[in-house]
Amino acid sequence: MSSSTGSLRRYLVTRLALVIPMVLLLLTFVFGLMRVAPGNPIQAALGGHLSPAQLHVRMHAAGYDKPVVVQYGEYLRQVFTGNFGTTITDSRPVSQIITQNGAATLELTVAALFVALLVGVPLGMLAGRMRDSWVDVSARSFGIVVYAAPVFFLGFLARLVFSTYLGWLPSSSQASVLVQADLIPHSNILILDAMIDGKWGDLPDLVRHLTLPAITLGLLLAGVFVRLIRVNVIQTLRADYIEAARARGVRESRVVVRHAFRNALVPVITVVGLQVALLLSGAVLTEATFNWPGIGNELVFYLNSRDYTAVQGIITVFALVVVAVSLLIDIANAWIDPRIRYS
Amino acid sequence: MTIAGSLPSPPTGAEVLSGGPGGRRGRARRMLAPVLSAHGLQRWLLWAGIALVLLFVVLAIFAPLISPYGWNQYCAHLVRGACEGRFTRQGRPSGAHWFGTTVQAEDVLARVIYGARTAMEVVVLAVLFSTCVGIPLGLVSGYFGGTLDRVLVLIMDALFAFPYLLLAIVIAFVLQGGIGGGVLTAAVAIMAVYVPQYFRVVRNSVISVREENYVEAARTLGARPRTILGRYVFVNVIQTVPVVASLNAADAILTLAALSFLGVGVDPTAAAQWGYDVSRALSDAQAGYWWTGLYPGLAIILLVGGLTLLGEGLNDVYNPVLRRRGIRRVVLPARTWDDRAPQ
Repeated sequence: MSSSTGSLRRYLVTRLALVIPMVLLLLTFVFGLMRVAPGNPIQAALGGHLSPAQLHVRMHAAGYDKPVVVQYGEYLRQVFTGNFGTTITDSRPVSQIITQNGAATLELTVAALFVALLVGVPLGMLAGRMRDSWVDVSARSFGIVVYAAPVFFLGFLARLVFSTYLGWLPSSSQASVLVQADLIPHSNILILDAMIDGKWGDLPDLVRHLTLPAITLGLLLAGVFVRLIRVNVIQTLRADYIEAARARGVRESRVVVRHAFRNALVPVITVVGLQVALLLSGAVLTEATFNWPGIGNELVFYLNSRDYTAVQGIITVFALVVVAVSLLIDIANAWIDPRIRYS
Repeated sequence: MTIAGSLPSPPTGAEVLSGGPGGRRGRARRMLAPVLSAHGLQRWLLWAGIALVLLFVVLAIFAPLISPYGWNQYCAHLVRGACEGRFTRQGRPSGAHWFGTTVQAEDVLARVIYGARTAMEVVVLAVLFSTCVGIPLGLVSGYFGGTLDRVLVLIMDALFAFPYLLLAIVIAFVLQGGIGGGVLTAAVAIMAVYVPQYFRVVRNSVISVREENYVEAARTLGARPRTILGRYVFVNVIQTVPVVASLNAADAILTLAALSFLGVGVDPTAAAQWGYDVSRALSDAQAGYWWTGLYPGLAIILLVGGLTLLGEGLNDVYNPVLRRRGIRRVVLPARTWDDRAPQ
């Protein structure tokens, strides 16, 4: 027992040690990319709006007249103290974008993940269990179509059908204007805020706004889950212990549910972790499609106003999120599956 | 998308039988042999993929001949700079405009056809760039190993872990400030996403190939590393590339569509792009104009689907592990007295 916890601790230490070069590399990469651009960021964002003297003052204030090495050092120092800079165009701290708009992104991605699991897991299990039947063929076709269709096109179709033609659901933003005004921001996750203050009347409106974006983004992920779980179930059903259970006379339904499905679900944790990159990329597109006020939508706004600091700050945050999630997933895996610690 | 078991395939039966290089035609026939011998559903899917991709290649190459109008044409004729016979804005699909017209009175069909041209240009360049960078790096890193290998793997892993779309966005954003938003900018941005994949695939197969007997033999005979890499390793590793390339091309179409949807793709005043058209169509969806977004979106799905079918088909056909030959009936010779077990 003690040796197993010891190995887990040793694994954690090595894994944590690997995070440092990874983070440094990503930060250097983001910084390097932002600095290879010719011209300077202030000029790019505000040129034409300010006089040359004003531009110079702003450049000095932002530190763009210092040597690159000094700027790099300052960038690293700021990131490690949780300061991601202030946007050039509207002087908003990037950390504020993260707490406010990040909450909306979190709300969307969690809901989408929920949809993906709800659709993807049963569909993948059925397809694997009934291999080569019409269920399997339609589940696999679903996987291919969802992969080939850009998420923003699915969003376009969803808006067209469910919002314009059927009029069932709102097609953009996070809440109606009245509801938005009624809520007091605590966590900035509007559904949570409504619950905190007991404003249950606002919930239907919030859920209705969330439905289309969450389903659109969720379907994108569901395709990945279907493919993975289908293959896992097929492989698990061939395993010796399934044969052994059948030989013992265990009922087929019990073999499938208790023995096969359970084991086929273990790798899903890893895949959820690997899909964070896909989820974030998809979230940016979904937010832009449904005008959802998340980080992705802000990123698009600042991209189009050519605001370097804002883009750099937001991208840095995304990079840190990816590293953190992959770390968490690895730890969870090592905890569940002892083979990982020993390899 | 994982490339299941992309191992260097051992010489096929045909190769062994024909014995050594048999001129260019013989070599071409040998390389195509698995494609021609594919069976059943596998064969149909592969040919469907080839047909779809060819359709879009033809559209792209002969766009000016096929398209009824120019991609940014909004008048029937331009007489000395004056617009004559201006197209209707957001006109329904009709005899004159099969796919209808956009909010800027451009013909949707023409934009879909010219969009194929933009997509092909960018993707061909992107695949070319990323193979030219990724393959040599993978060869060198896998063959020589050591510190260089470790550093390259770390960098590539960091790039790979980063959300692919954000990586492309940042590079496109930075390059737009530098060299403007042309086809080249989009191609380079997309290249950065796929270099790590070629690097990984090539490096992994080099590592398995370099321990093979024939490489060992060449080394013993005193061949220089360049000769070994070029003549023995490269040829055996390169077979995995077409599969990866066609799957990546499918992915690259989606990435380009996403970039242009977000406004960081090719400059919309320079070329027609499907993703950009869908983004413009989002506000049309509100008013019930379905045709401006539907057709560009379908074009994306068809091309991506075609490339995916092609890639998966090639993978099935060239990968001996997945290859399914037609089942041949085994006819046993009639039993004779000699077959009987001795009494």
